[in-house]
Amino acid sequence: MVNTTADRKVTMSITLLRILIGWHFLYEGVTKLYNPEWTSFGYLASAQGPLKPVFTMLAQEPMLQWVDVLNMVALLTVGITLLLGIFERKGALVGIGLLSLYYLAHPSLPGVHQINVEGNYWIVNKNLIELVACILLFNFPTGQFFGLAYFRKGRLTKTQQ
Amino acid sequence: MDWTRRDLLKGLGGLPILGAVWWAGAAGVGRKMRERTQILEQLNIMPSLPATVPGIEGEPIRVGIIGFGIRGEQLCRSLGFATQEWKEEMRLAAEEDPNHSALEDFEKQDKLNIKLVGVCDVFDVRAEKALRSFNTDDNKIKRFDTYTSMIRSGEVDAVVIATPDHWHAPMSIEALNNNVSVYVEKPMTHTVEETYRLREAARASKATFAVGHQHRQTLSFITARDIVEKGTLGHVSLIQTNTNRNDDNGAWNYDIHEKANPQTIDWEQFLGSAPKVPFNKNHFFRWRKWWAYGSGLSGDLLTHDYDRLNCVLNMGIPESVSASGGIYTHNDGRDVPDVLQVNMEFPNYSTGSSQNKGKENGMTFCYSASLGNSFGRPTVLMGHDATMELGNRLTVWPDGASTRYGDMLELGKMQPNVPIYQYNPAANVPDAISSATSQYFADKGLMWTYIDGVRVDSTFLHMREWLSVIRNGGKVSCGIKEGFEEAIAAHMAGLSWKLGRKIEWDVDQEELKPIPGINFDEVLLANGRWEAPIMETLEG
Repeated sequence: MVNTTADRKVTMSITLLRILIGWHFLYEGVTKLYNPEWTSFGYLASAQGPLKPVFTMLAQEPMLQWVDVLNMVALLTVGITLLLGIFERKGALVGIGLLSLYYLAHPSLPGVHQINVEGNYWIVNKNLIELVACILLFNFPTGQFFGLAYFRKGRLTKTQQ
Repeated sequence: MDWTRRDLLKGLGGLPILGAVWWAGAAGVGRKMRERTQILEQLNIMPSLPATVPGIEGEPIRVGIIGFGIRGEQLCRSLGFATQEWKEEMRLAAEEDPNHSALEDFEKQDKLNIKLVGVCDVFDVRAEKALRSFNTDDNKIKRFDTYTSMIRSGEVDAVVIATPDHWHAPMSIEALNNNVSVYVEKPMTHTVEETYRLREAARASKATFAVGHQHRQTLSFITARDIVEKGTLGHVSLIQTNTNRNDDNGAWNYDIHEKANPQTIDWEQFLGSAPKVPFNKNHFFRWRKWWAYGSGLSGDLLTHDYDRLNCVLNMGIPESVSASGGIYTHNDGRDVPDVLQVNMEFPNYSTGSSQNKGKENGMTFCYSASLGNSFGRPTVLMGHDATMELGNRLTVWPDGASTRYGDMLELGKMQPNVPIYQYNPAANVPDAISSATSQYFADKGLMWTYIDGVRVDSTFLHMREWLSVIRNGGKVSCGIKEGFEEAIAAHMAGLSWKLGRKIEWDVDQEELKPIPGINFDEVLLANGRWEAPIMETLEG
């Protein structure tokens, strides 16, 4: 599969990206899992942009408790699949879904008030970049190079010999 | 198994990373929560609900309204009676902004077991508006031409007084003497002398007397009392409280009704004990701007701030008051100041001390007001151990040099810029507030409170408590003792501004320390600053 040095460099880079994104998602998920007081209420209630009414609706009970649980499970799922390198394409898809929601709740569109941002953005922000990185992970799975998927396809070193 | 080390590394390399990240997340959150729990346990602050009052059983209480102006209408809504005009206005506001919930809140409000039986207003348009809105087949409401005829009619058990200040005491005293219960707006009185007379009347009467300081019902103020009583702040040496307004409504330039004229307004009755001046619409609708009927910042807004703190600290009447200010932002013919600074001294008051005995004692209450700027300066209680910001929200910050939290600060478990306690009963409720003035009141906790996440009008709670005490007995949270303290403190501030000197309170004698040649009430009622007739006296 990995034929040339160039290919190998690409695979290693994407693997590194996968691990960092998995790390990021997992840490976000775990901190929410262990904090019983965590809620997405503030994030949803302060939503901006064209889909504001949708997010405001999600911030109401009884929807809110489901949103909270789903968000946390999704974050952990993305984190675990990307870090372990198994079902990573499904994980990347979930990540794309989550990041789309995050982006749409607080889009960096001109004229939309930016809340809690540490930089300056015009249309493109970090959520959008991470989203595109997840598209890359979806299209270039690397679990067989580094991850549990390595065991699945009978790609053990022994059989290669 | 025949796996090589290379296989394991490539296949399972993600596992240790996953373990490390998981551990870091779990441990980090756990540590933060433990530290917070430790602080909270040490502080032991309990956000508490206002005590529930017994219901009003039996026959409905018969209530009469004296004064159906802006505040009178608001009080009626808290009692469950809104005018058609207001409902329509709020319906339109809600159409424009879905978060505007005034009408919805009003409709959800619990019904009180009362009957609105009479209205008394010297302006025909207002009295007729009340009759038109509240008269139904099963609830006949009558207009009384004078407050005495209403009180003596035998048809009312209780009256709500929302008139200009100079009518508060005469009407309250008349009602109490006839054993009719009273809910009177602030300030409780207009002169020093009638403050004592009203206290006598309230003590002698079988009826229930309450002053309209509704913030006593809000959760944050009850919680604030708990915070102070537990010594969280240490010795509070300075309180800063403010009025920051910059609009016509906030400066009491209310609308003048087009139908106002000597035929529709009983001018003589409006004037009462005030100096006889010809009919004047400006005086009628904007009476808060003249000492003859109102008392400006000291009676109108300082009283709220003073009582907000008095309900938390129970500090009583200041031993001395100095005030300064002037008419700097609205030079429109008014004679009350629109910029006012009041310093109240409590040299023998303490909220407790974490330092050597005797080192700390005494407190200054500093009220600073301008009607020409609306920058939101908060109310702050400044203690040796911590600072508290007090409003509908509560926040407590430790002080960097605190004795009580010294160890925690040194260990980095507390930081001076990180609150150790925050309480926002409104955290789950989106609000839409319409005007600058209502935002001003909302920030101070004067509009509503939140019980189990539901917004409740604090005036409703305050009036319900009064009605419950009328029926079931008990004690109102702002009665004659609290009203007396509020009125005297406000009069001291007004006198100090007018005389340009310090006014002192004799704690043992329970009276203002006399100033030779000065009649305090004459000064209070005089227009503008007091110019002592010294030259004439000398010449005479």
